Amino acid sequence: MTLRGFRIPMVFSLVVWCAIWEIIGRLNLISLIPPFTDVVEALFEVIPSTDFIDATMITFQAFAIGMGLALVVGISVGILMGRIPAVGNLMGMWVNIFESSPLTAIVPALMAILGFGLPTMIVTVFLFSVWVIALDTQVGVERVNPSLIEMGRSFGASNRALFSKIVFFAALPELLAGIRLGLIRGLKGVIIGQLLIAVIGMGYLFELYSRNFLMPEFWALLIILFGFAYIASEAVAYFERKVAFYATSR
Amino acid sequence: MTDTPRLSSHGAPGTTGFSQEPAIRVMNLTKEYPGGIRALEGISFDVPKGELTSVIGPSGCGKTTSLKIIAGLVEATSGEVVVNGTQVRGPGPERAFVFQEFALMPWATVLRNVAFGLELRGFGRKERESIAHEYIAKMNLTGFEDAYPHQLSGGMRQRVGLARAMAVDADILLMDEPFASVDEQIRRKFQEDLLRLLSEEKKSVLFVTHSIEEAVYVSDQIVILTRGPAQVSNVVRPGIDRTGDPQNIRRSSAYLDCVESIWVELRNYLEE
Repeated sequence: MTLRGFRIPMVFSLVVWCAIWEIIGRLNLISLIPPFTDVVEALFEVIPSTDFIDATMITFQAFAIGMGLALVVGISVGILMGRIPAVGNLMGMWVNIFESSPLTAIVPALMAILGFGLPTMIVTVFLFSVWVIALDTQVGVERVNPSLIEMGRSFGASNRALFSKIVFFAALPELLAGIRLGLIRGLKGVIIGQLLIAVIGMGYLFELYSRNFLMPEFWALLIILFGFAYIASEAVAYFERKVAFYATSR
Repeated sequence: MTDTPRLSSHGAPGTTGFSQEPAIRVMNLTKEYPGGIRALEGISFDVPKGELTSVIGPSGCGKTTSLKIIAGLVEATSGEVVVNGTQVRGPGPERAFVFQEFALMPWATVLRNVAFGLELRGFGRKERESIAHEYIAKMNLTGFEDAYPHQLSGGMRQRVGLARAMAVDADILLMDEPFASVDEQIRRKFQEDLLRLLSEEKKSVLFVTHSIEEAVYVSDQIVILTRGPAQVSNVVRPGIDRTGDPQNIRRSSAYLDCVESIWVELRNYLEE
């Protein structure tokens, strides 16, 4: 960004927003918005607290297990859908329906079935992220240049080599895009699940802070989650950029 | 199919002057795609050992299909292909394929692409890379070992594809319009390079092209196919002396007459 010939770093816009936040907070206009400096202070109180560490542990556990399952199932299903037309036809409609459905509505039903604990959160993460991973994997596998497959076969590649040396790498750009989107949705899933359950993890903390009107802590927690989501998605985006050079020239 | 093979009409066995078996013998090949579209209607021809045979015909006549059947990549509906005396049931190490669209792995360097055929055949890294280096040098790609395909011109990409096929040291090269995606000037240079390379390494080549000039320039034998569903229309041996300057070959009356006679024959199939 340049302004009147001066190059302004991107961080500047963040600084401006923080300043505006600080001013609104200081003016005491809305009781829901404390000054930004109070939030930063709360950040240092929240992070070492046992409540936060417990919540992080359980959230991370649910997120990791749910994502792990979603990656394994999503990628496998996506590959089968992409490689075998019959599977693609059979599953395609269902995967698309679930991918575009408001899954939040299912969480209360999950609670009724699985209870108020870890299983519900894991299944929520899984359901939020698996579909987009499967769909993007399918697209990636379907877009593999058929002459690359023929090339592999003409040099005597086994099915296994064909897959691990050609199909996997050719599908990698779409695969990574699917993983990045799945990661973000999984994170939404774990938080939404916990908010609806409201007795565990981050959901419990949000409930605690807002009920007791601890607004700086409330905002601090939100910033932590925003930051984590951003870092997680940027980490995958880093690998995406690494393969971007061949995404257009397959 | 109850037709008798039409080999005898072209006198394929023995035409080379040797009595040895051909590198490839194609017998009564037919191919019907699902939906009843017929690509090939009983084609038969031989590819003599150590020679370059090209297949030419109107576009869409099934040239590439027949090449892919010989490569073992596509299954024939009926008929058979015998390579070095053994019936083809799939791809084999005695055949290497050069693709029209190069078929290079965009995520791999030139070195890895050239060595890839060897990698799939289980050669160790050191061995396959030293062989690859040799063919990279032969193809004038030295200095580009670590480049990626998207950084190369079309002509260089095809040289990588050719180097990959040469590196596995197959007796038979199957080339599917290898120079079709390359511009005209580079194409001519390529044809000359190919002939030079083949004179150094004794290989039998089956070469699919749609260019009459190219076929006559590079081939010992030309198989002319009819419009699809393809049948063998004729087998011609240009018999051009290639010992002299390439420019003189293109101006020689033997070359020009052969181009003309093939054009006259192919024109029948275009004007139907």
